[in-house]
Amino acid sequence: MSELLELSVAEAAAGIAAREISTGEYFEAWHAAALGDELNAYLWQVEEGNGYEVREGPLKGIPVAVKDIFCTEGSPTTAGSRILEGYLPPYTATAVRRLDAAGARVLGKTNMDEFAMGSSNENSAYGPVLNPWDRKRVPGGSSGGSAAVVAGGLAPCAIGTDTGGSIRQPASLCGIVGLKPTYGAISRYGMIAFASSLDQCGPLTRDVTDAALLLAALQGRDPCDSTSVGIEGGIVAPSRESLEGLRFGVPAELARDEIDAGVREVFEATLTRIEDLGGEIAAVALPSAEHGISAYYVIAPAEASSNLARYDGVRYGMRSESGGDLLEMYETTRAEGFGPEVKRRIMLGTYALSSGYYEAYYGQAQKVRTRIAADFDTAFAGVDFVVTPTSPSVAFGLGEKTDDPLSMYLNDFFTVPMSLAGIPAISIPAGLAEPPGGGARLPVGFQIAAPAFGEQKLLEAAYALEREIGFEARSGSDDG
Amino acid sequence: MAELEAVIGLEIHVQLATRTKMFCGCELSFGDEPNTHTCPVCLAHPGVLPVPNEQAIRYALQIAAALECEVAPRSIFHRKNYFYPDNPKAYQISQYDIPLAVDGKLGDVRIHRAHLEEDAAKMVHVGESGRIHGSGASLVDFNRGGTPLVEIVTEPDLRGAAEAAEWARLLRETVRQLGVSDVNMEEGSLRVDANVSVRPAGSATLGTKTELKNMNSFRFLQRGIEAELERQRGLVEAGGAVEQETLHFDPASGSLTSLRSKEEAHDYRYFPEPDLVPLAPTEEMLREAREALPELPAARAERYRAEVRLSAEVAALLAADPETAAFFERAAGAAEGVEAKVIANWVTGELAAALRQDRGEGGAADSKVTPEALAALVGMVQEKKISHGSGKTVLAALVAEGGEPAAIVEREGLAQMSSEGGELEAIVAAAIEADPAAAEQVRSGNQKAIGALVGYVMRETKGRADGGEVNRLLREQLGL
Repeated sequence: MSELLELSVAEAAAGIAAREISTGEYFEAWHAAALGDELNAYLWQVEEGNGYEVREGPLKGIPVAVKDIFCTEGSPTTAGSRILEGYLPPYTATAVRRLDAAGARVLGKTNMDEFAMGSSNENSAYGPVLNPWDRKRVPGGSSGGSAAVVAGGLAPCAIGTDTGGSIRQPASLCGIVGLKPTYGAISRYGMIAFASSLDQCGPLTRDVTDAALLLAALQGRDPCDSTSVGIEGGIVAPSRESLEGLRFGVPAELARDEIDAGVREVFEATLTRIEDLGGEIAAVALPSAEHGISAYYVIAPAEASSNLARYDGVRYGMRSESGGDLLEMYETTRAEGFGPEVKRRIMLGTYALSSGYYEAYYGQAQKVRTRIAADFDTAFAGVDFVVTPTSPSVAFGLGEKTDDPLSMYLNDFFTVPMSLAGIPAISIPAGLAEPPGGGARLPVGFQIAAPAFGEQKLLEAAYALEREIGFEARSGSDDG
Repeated sequence: MAELEAVIGLEIHVQLATRTKMFCGCELSFGDEPNTHTCPVCLAHPGVLPVPNEQAIRYALQIAAALECEVAPRSIFHRKNYFYPDNPKAYQISQYDIPLAVDGKLGDVRIHRAHLEEDAAKMVHVGESGRIHGSGASLVDFNRGGTPLVEIVTEPDLRGAAEAAEWARLLRETVRQLGVSDVNMEEGSLRVDANVSVRPAGSATLGTKTELKNMNSFRFLQRGIEAELERQRGLVEAGGAVEQETLHFDPASGSLTSLRSKEEAHDYRYFPEPDLVPLAPTEEMLREAREALPELPAARAERYRAEVRLSAEVAALLAADPETAAFFERAAGAAEGVEAKVIANWVTGELAAALRQDRGEGGAADSKVTPEALAALVGMVQEKKISHGSGKTVLAALVAEGGEPAAIVEREGLAQMSSEGGELEAIVAAAIEADPAAAEQVRSGNQKAIGALVGYVMRETKGRADGGEVNRLLREQLGL
């Protein structure tokens, strides 16, 4: 049984296609593993059996863990919030439908920061997710549950959402692969909105090949999402082994002092591996990227303040018992239903959009966003990829940064510029590093970003680099 | 103090008669069971996205073409944020700084802008007040929520309540003839708000305006504006100042009550809707919108003035509805040797009067009188085959029973008494003999006295004599 859990998704799918593996047995193995969740990573798990019919397709019989931000018809969907407690969506998100159409099956819904707002998963109304490498540490966020189930052997693969780093940062902190595709590559329909112009669905997997397999099924234009376009030509399994002829740009502006020494070491070692594979390292300039965090923390809260206004207790979800008239019902429902980080961002965003402040905040932030996108355009004229550490640190301790939102926001320093530019970026595990205070070594992610819709090329480069790195470590395997 | 001049602009909401809603696939309905035409999108469930209705865009482009507006190559949808139970997303998708259409004209009134948006749901407040405050409960029917709307805003070009109501009728007729809306004010598919202010006549600056809402007929629109103008004139003449506020018109009492003052005005925190791409009509869509335009009342009236040399008043009467216009044009085409202008006068004069007398309401087109019959009748009058008075008698018969004028003339013996044969001369002589006093007065210069003699002849001939001819014979026999 347990050797089934050792297989990658691609290997399992091949076994299922060759009828060497029974879909029922494979699913039950993973279902049993999922039920053994001690990380608080799942918020809901599917019931066994229940007459599920296995569909033919490239993901036939593959269980997938789904971030609880995707609506699943008839199954609880909370977005990690008290305000959606008990909510049963009347429809299913396009991304989940596409996985289903490819033969995959939802294994469970994963814990997350409330409405995807957070970098540590400590903002979930249902308690924090524990990092499988060290249960006193955070898994990252906001797709922390999805990262933890893959890293912790509770699911073969997962999907999450990335608004400013919410797939890449937890993938980095949990030692797995996380891909944020180009904005518009995958439909957002049925994905509960945090910041609509930034939100994008993507896979969290053990390796790059599995990420490609999931992306191939997920991507595509959806008539229900006017901003979706899909990836022309689709996605195939990557096979590149050399990086010959490819240029990797390292932005000088992102080399900050705040980076952990261990993270810096792994990053530099990875640059050497790129050169070993025949790739070229070059310096690039992203002069506006350092303003990314400031712009992001105006734009994302502004959109969130509007997106989250629908949770008013009138039609679905929680309604406060203590409400009096209409206004009191709105106020008490939202006061009781939202957590502190969500309230903070709603207030920030409401302020930024207010008459008289709009130009100074939202307008200015959009200008910065345009400049960052232009910076990348310029950079990509000279290099094929831009590379950075995914996160400035390895997984930090639970409660370590909860009292300091600004320090928490800086976790997104390396991931936010790509989100603002709408370009694809992947985080792959590049090695292990000791945390600043000492202790067992923890995973470090390496981020590669490509021009819009350059996913295939990005996956090819990540695949070659992944082979070279040979990151075989699993959670708990390095504690000896 | 100079006389106070009224300055009025209108804001018109037109519900488009598309099959489905603006941003989802729910069918439009009026009067159906509440909440039977809803879906996750128009109920604002978590994760849903809007998809613009192409038919609504085409209809809006037709309105823009009819109003001679410039269409923006890329107009932008915005979110207008406010909390209210009839607004499930807590924002309305509307257009703000770059609307679909600008700078148009209808009749003598300039169009400031026309844009696309979605309607709110319908609320029913249970209890005495009929408003949300003080009601026992409020019910929401989401069937109406999401209905496509075009909002049309005029420049403040209207100078009186009657003029405003008259122009609003022209707009309704124009939109009705496009076939893009039911334009029913009672059912709310046409809603007209008025911005009203006063200023010293001749002044170029605008006074402080108030906004009048809830006038659900043209009569109420006129009465509401009249009441508000009276109130503002009273205020200003007494040395007071008008305060900017929104007023609610109560049709039962004719009174205006304040809904909210300037201080209570919402900050809608408009920002571009990130879930939608810019609205960029194709050349083909623009061409189709222009080609779909029927000749509209204002253009038709202009053509009648220029080509048929009709007075503005008669031209407007004929041009208002396409059926009457078509009736006129067929009659004018069928008439031989009769000027179209004479036909026009018959349609708007004698025929309209006869129809009013017969049935009260209804136009020429749906009467028993055919355009050919009217043309023949007017021809007979012009050729003096029958008198003008007999013409009206024949017309009354045509209105009552239809048929051919010649047959009615024959049957009723109305053929004009010719002066040949001496019959009419004999009756004229008899008239002079019967009223020698009147005859003497005419001879001594009292022209008015001839009326008594003419009357005698008309009675004797049962109106079959031509008035002009009778006059001529009388004067001849009186030696004048």
